[in-house]
Amino acid sequence: MSFGKFGKVSYVAETKLQDFMKCLEQGKIMGSKCKNCNRVYFPPRIDCDCMMGEPEWIELKGDCKLVTFTVVHFAPASFKGDVPYALGVAQFEEGPMVFASFSKEIRLEDIMIGMQLRLVPLKLEGDKIVYELRKP
Amino acid sequence: MKKVAIVGVGQTKFGKRSDASIREIAFEAFKEAVEDAGIMRGEIEASVICSATHYDKQRTPAGVVAEYLGLNPQPTFNVEAVCASSGVGVRNAWALISSGLHDIVAVVGFQKMTELRSDEVQEVMGRSGDVMWESPFGPTMPAYFAMYANAHMHKYGTKEEQLAKVAVKNHFYGAKNPKAMFQKEIAVGDVLKSRPIASPLKQFDCCANSDGAACLILASEEKARKITDTPVWIAGLGLGSSPMTLTGRGTDLTSFGCAVEASRQAYKMAGITPIDIDVAEVHDCFTITEIINYEDLGFCQRGQGSKLIEEGQTYIDGKIPVNVDGGLLAKGHPVGATGASQIRTLVQQLRGEAGETQVL
Repeated sequence: MSFGKFGKVSYVAETKLQDFMKCLEQGKIMGSKCKNCNRVYFPPRIDCDCMMGEPEWIELKGDCKLVTFTVVHFAPASFKGDVPYALGVAQFEEGPMVFASFSKEIRLEDIMIGMQLRLVPLKLEGDKIVYELRKP
Repeated sequence: MKKVAIVGVGQTKFGKRSDASIREIAFEAFKEAVEDAGIMRGEIEASVICSATHYDKQRTPAGVVAEYLGLNPQPTFNVEAVCASSGVGVRNAWALISSGLHDIVAVVGFQKMTELRSDEVQEVMGRSGDVMWESPFGPTMPAYFAMYANAHMHKYGTKEEQLAKVAVKNHFYGAKNPKAMFQKEIAVGDVLKSRPIASPLKQFDCCANSDGAACLILASEEKARKITDTPVWIAGLGLGSSPMTLTGRGTDLTSFGCAVEASRQAYKMAGITPIDIDVAEVHDCFTITEIINYEDLGFCQRGQGSKLIEEGQTYIDGKIPVNVDGGLLAKGHPVGATGASQIRTLVQQLRGEAGETQVL
């Protein structure tokens, strides 16, 4: 599956990260790890900041903690039908951070900074796939 | 490095300008600045044209703008740094002059945001973040700053009423600025009751899309002393950057690293500290942004930005007056024109020409 199938609206299809999508389809959230300096990245990167190493894929457990969030009432065109929806930034137990939307199973009024969450893959209409923040 | 002064300023009325094209609004601001400087147009050796080009129908707008302003065959180029475009334009013009390459340079910032249809604005808005890892989730500019607001409220106990007070102050001064988009005072209740945009930000916590242009004429010391008796010298400037992605900015989303870095450079170059500042213009694209700017620029301690506005210390009679021209919130935010407009306000303040909003 091409990266062009990532999310409801995607703008980038061509990338060296196509394997990320293959794993997401299999239910796995993959980050990258530099074989030289061991730095773990999410979102994954082919090119490490150390400029020395080769990357390898590592699976993240998905357990994360909410850093901040907002509830969007005024949305870009393609998301107009979804309002109100919540977006958040969370930090994985492994260290890196993720930007994602919240599952509809979480009530908007229950969202609190510091809450424990889990990032899980979600299949969307039209053969698309994404991830979302759910209750652990 | 040679000293550089601002010798002329100009600005259009900000707001919906359905009566004029980009070249025409640029001309309005340019003409005012040239007349203010009292120079001949032919003395301008280069022009720096600034806009966030994703709002422009015209590709390479520096071409049509420089032609319309009569600035060919001198060098011209476009500077795009989104909301910082004409601020960065001033830095480029300063570098061209302080290096000795040119003596007089015009910086022209403009934007005509209402020219785009609402569906086109929505489309641009959808691509405001990292298109690879963030845009697929439907973020907007207000949503990004709302996440800073929630983080600041969580960490420091900042209240929505305190955010609202920033909008109240800036509309209070917007009502005194004939070039502002909104010239009507508002109350805290108006802000709190306005429609939700991205929680906790409501409509009056957000600046409006706007049209407008602003122009600054910069000159070398030798020329500036001949042109005017009131040159405004550039004592210090700075520019920084932060990661584009929110996830690249670490877990403490209550400060803008780029603003801390830029102000550190500017204070150092000028040889001053924040306490020496008498009046400031900061980027209040949203109410929370102004509060965080107070802290990042050192006008108060970390977490005390809300207290600064609560006590009214950023009004003219307070410790550090901020955005007494109405700020982006009331004056309007034609993206590419904003930096030059802010500097125009400070030039007027330093010349003692700010009228009813003069800081003494």
